[in-house]
Amino acid sequence: MSVVRVMGAETEYGIHAPGAGQFNATWLSTQVVNAYSKSTAHRASAGGETRWDYTDEDPLADARGWSMARGAAHPSQLTDTELTAAQIALEGGETGDPAMPLMMNMVLGNGARLYVDHAHPEYSSPEVTNPLDAVRWDAAGDLVALAAVRRIAATPGLPGVNLYKNNTDNKAVSYGSHENYLMPRSVPFKEIVSGLTPFFATRAIMCGAGRVGLGQDGSAAGFQISQRADFFEAEVGLETTIRRPIINTRDEPHAVADKYRRLHVIIGDANLSQVSNYLKFGTTALVLDMIENGTAPELKLADPVSTLRAVSHDWQLRGKHLLEDGSAVTALEVQWRYLNAAKEHCAANGSSHPGTGDGHTAAVLAKWEEVLDGLGRDPMSLAGQLEWVAKLNLLQQYRTRDNMRWDDPRLGLIDLQWSDVRPEKGLYYKLLEHGRMERLVSDESIAAAVEAPPSDTRAYFRGRCIQQFGAHVVGASWDSVIFELPALRRLQRVSTKEPLRGNEALTKPLFDRNQHLEDFLAELVSGSL
Amino acid sequence: MASQEQKNVSSRTEEEHVEDVPLPAPSPDSAAAQAATSGVDDLLDEIDGVLETNAEEFVRGFVQKGGQ
Repeated sequence: MSVVRVMGAETEYGIHAPGAGQFNATWLSTQVVNAYSKSTAHRASAGGETRWDYTDEDPLADARGWSMARGAAHPSQLTDTELTAAQIALEGGETGDPAMPLMMNMVLGNGARLYVDHAHPEYSSPEVTNPLDAVRWDAAGDLVALAAVRRIAATPGLPGVNLYKNNTDNKAVSYGSHENYLMPRSVPFKEIVSGLTPFFATRAIMCGAGRVGLGQDGSAAGFQISQRADFFEAEVGLETTIRRPIINTRDEPHAVADKYRRLHVIIGDANLSQVSNYLKFGTTALVLDMIENGTAPELKLADPVSTLRAVSHDWQLRGKHLLEDGSAVTALEVQWRYLNAAKEHCAANGSSHPGTGDGHTAAVLAKWEEVLDGLGRDPMSLAGQLEWVAKLNLLQQYRTRDNMRWDDPRLGLIDLQWSDVRPEKGLYYKLLEHGRMERLVSDESIAAAVEAPPSDTRAYFRGRCIQQFGAHVVGASWDSVIFELPALRRLQRVSTKEPLRGNEALTKPLFDRNQHLEDFLAELVSGSL
Repeated sequence: MASQEQKNVSSRTEEEHVEDVPLPAPSPDSAAAQAATSGVDDLLDEIDGVLETNAEEFVRGFVQKGGQ
């Protein structure tokens, strides 16, 4: 009934070992996971080097395969070490010191997952219930990435590795940053498609990260709003790596399947700007709420895929886009229609009420309106809020000072280095440090979110299990945690199919009461979760 | 904003002068804009210092394998 719902972020980082020859990107990514496992105190047994040795000789490998059931879609995630090594080698490139463990997967003490997805390290945030927490735990992932980079830099024998929170190498390759939203299974998928498509085709004006270069290979000179737009070629589909669709149909609920669906959104840019990231999650959650309640605006774009690109290529926001009824609208007008409908919708259900509302809904609506107002007056007035505007502003300052054309390689470097996760190198962080980017969550709370799970979802249970019983956790997934009971030499699987259960209120006393795993599981299995 | 900044480019001397001699009072907007412009110059100088050397080679070397 509001912006409050279960959601989460996935970020695939660009990975680069400058000056170190052609390293195998998957191997480098395993070293990122390995490096983080060395720098965190919160480790599952399967996240430690020793445990990998143990499981190699044990049929537990099946259980770990199960715990990473998403490996069905991505075979490279399967955790059988032999297979993984073979797969990695097939990709070519240097694989470095063979003594280094190939670590593919970790579940973190904050409930997140850090793993190797294709040829990139990926941080999947724990489940949260509101856009502000989505920003916080996604930003925590950037600190996880940073910790891994630091660790690798301090490890003899490994090449220095940079991680970038961006979505393209500007050479025809893109990698994703996905959003996930829990929805009732009962909502017909065709209504999700029709309600979301015009919104998704235009929302980059708020949450695009900005890109130097046009076209998938970036070879045409110029600036565009979105990192991802040029890589989308279909309206609806199952693929995420080829013929990418605006609406992705992947149906892995990671929850009670006949009750929920997990909407897997692949169209977004990775965001460092907190305002852009906040609006990405907040406005999308509001649109989903309207779709579920039949109050979403009804408009149909004549050609959503070409509109998506045209919007991205039009940073002055002047272009008009054809609707099916023959009329034409600007991207800003589309967003205003959604905002106005959302304001009405939330006023009617009370979620945006200043006194009795949930707080989050009114705040998202206010920010959405502030940003659309600013974009209407002068997009550059939002250089302290929106990521693409902040990046464009910096690029324009350089162009003015040094008289650069859009194909100047230094502008490409600024675009790339914008997203370097190291604060002394990343240009976003330079602006943040100088107070030029608005903060919605404090540095302290982001740092705390690296260690602590959200309190109000099952991620709390998962994170506390890793923190307290990590040495006995042999597998985990979004909807389960698997323990090994050392004395009994058997496994105990705990299912967490309800995303809002397993929260702090329900399970903290259980963790606090039971310091021994056997006691903990005995009480848990007796029916308290 | 870019055109605004060009318009408001000013030397540090002028900025100091404004601070020293409040009359005739400049509008708060223009004083703030001058401070901001000088801040931009400082910021670009700082960023110059952290940009990777040999931009063309660095950007060319950033080659990724496909992702989702």
